[in-house]
Amino acid sequence: MLDRDEDILKAAEDWQKAGRGVALATVVETWGSAPRPAGSSLVINDEGTFLGSVSGGCVEGAVVTEAMDVIQSGKPRMLEFGVADETAWNVGLSCGGTIRVFVEKVG
Amino acid sequence: MKLAILHELNAERAARRPAILVTDTESGEQRLVKAKDFAKDPLGAELEKQLRMGKSGNVEAGGKKLFLNVYAPTAKLVIIGAVHISQALAPLARSLGYDVTVIDPRTAFASPERFPDIPLVAEWPDTALPPLNVDAYTAFVAVTHDPKIDDPALLHAFERNCFYIGALGSRKTHAKRGDRLRAQGAKDSDVARIRAPIGLAIGAVSPSEIAVSIMAEITAVLRLPPKEKEEAA
Repeated sequence: MLDRDEDILKAAEDWQKAGRGVALATVVETWGSAPRPAGSSLVINDEGTFLGSVSGGCVEGAVVTEAMDVIQSGKPRMLEFGVADETAWNVGLSCGGTIRVFVEKVG
Repeated sequence: MKLAILHELNAERAARRPAILVTDTESGEQRLVKAKDFAKDPLGAELEKQLRMGKSGNVEAGGKKLFLNVYAPTAKLVIIGAVHISQALAPLARSLGYDVTVIDPRTAFASPERFPDIPLVAEWPDTALPPLNVDAYTAFVAVTHDPKIDDPALLHAFERNCFYIGALGSRKTHAKRGDRLRAQGAKDSDVARIRAPIGLAIGAVSPSEIAVSIMAEITAVLRLPPKEKEEAA
């Protein structure tokens, strides 16, 4: 979709320049009724502050935890999240899909 | 992401120039490709397609799995004329993700009561348009029926290379408009860019239906590849 994530990448740059450890998490693939499309991103700093969204709230907590490791190690990683429950899927719950999220360190 | 790439990407976004970030999702290697460099890029065709669709996605190239993250500016819609059609067009365009501005020097038309929540500029186009930074990611619609207002606005749209330029009026009205614009320095190729009569031919009658036909035409110009675009016109 048209870019509405103005402040996320700006925050990533500002935080990094201010000396914080920063990671960027980006949805790279979705299946089923994933709530946020590929390209959606979440920026996280080493204080645990984050901005943006990769799932509308379902998996952000887990992504933030993984991002802390990525900030430490500097190595990117791919995360996969899904809700296997067919019932959840069928009733159209927003998290009834699967997403792959690429997490990388900034800087 | 390297800070230099992030900085470059933010600069392109601030300047409303499209770019695609190509990431090898296994190694983490990245490069930023600006839209002006698509043609000479090995992934050129894929990059063009993803940008046109405004959609990020994955491709395989040279045994590598690459994620193409599309950064396209938010499209703008400038409407010249705070008329009845515009009252239907502005909220429809906004629901489609456009940043909408309505311009009309006639304050009786350009009133907040008629356009709740829509940015309105009650000035002549010569004053109203320059600060708006009309660009190639702007759709431009002139619907006042008044040449004093529409014509200078259309000249500005040509100059800024708007991706869509439409104007209200029958074929006859449009032929006269073409003569006037050429007399003011517009090229034949500029005049040929105006979609008139405006909107896809769907038999629209009411202002809301005309708004649908205009947004359908703008969407086609934005999303279809060049060949299919001509067929839809």
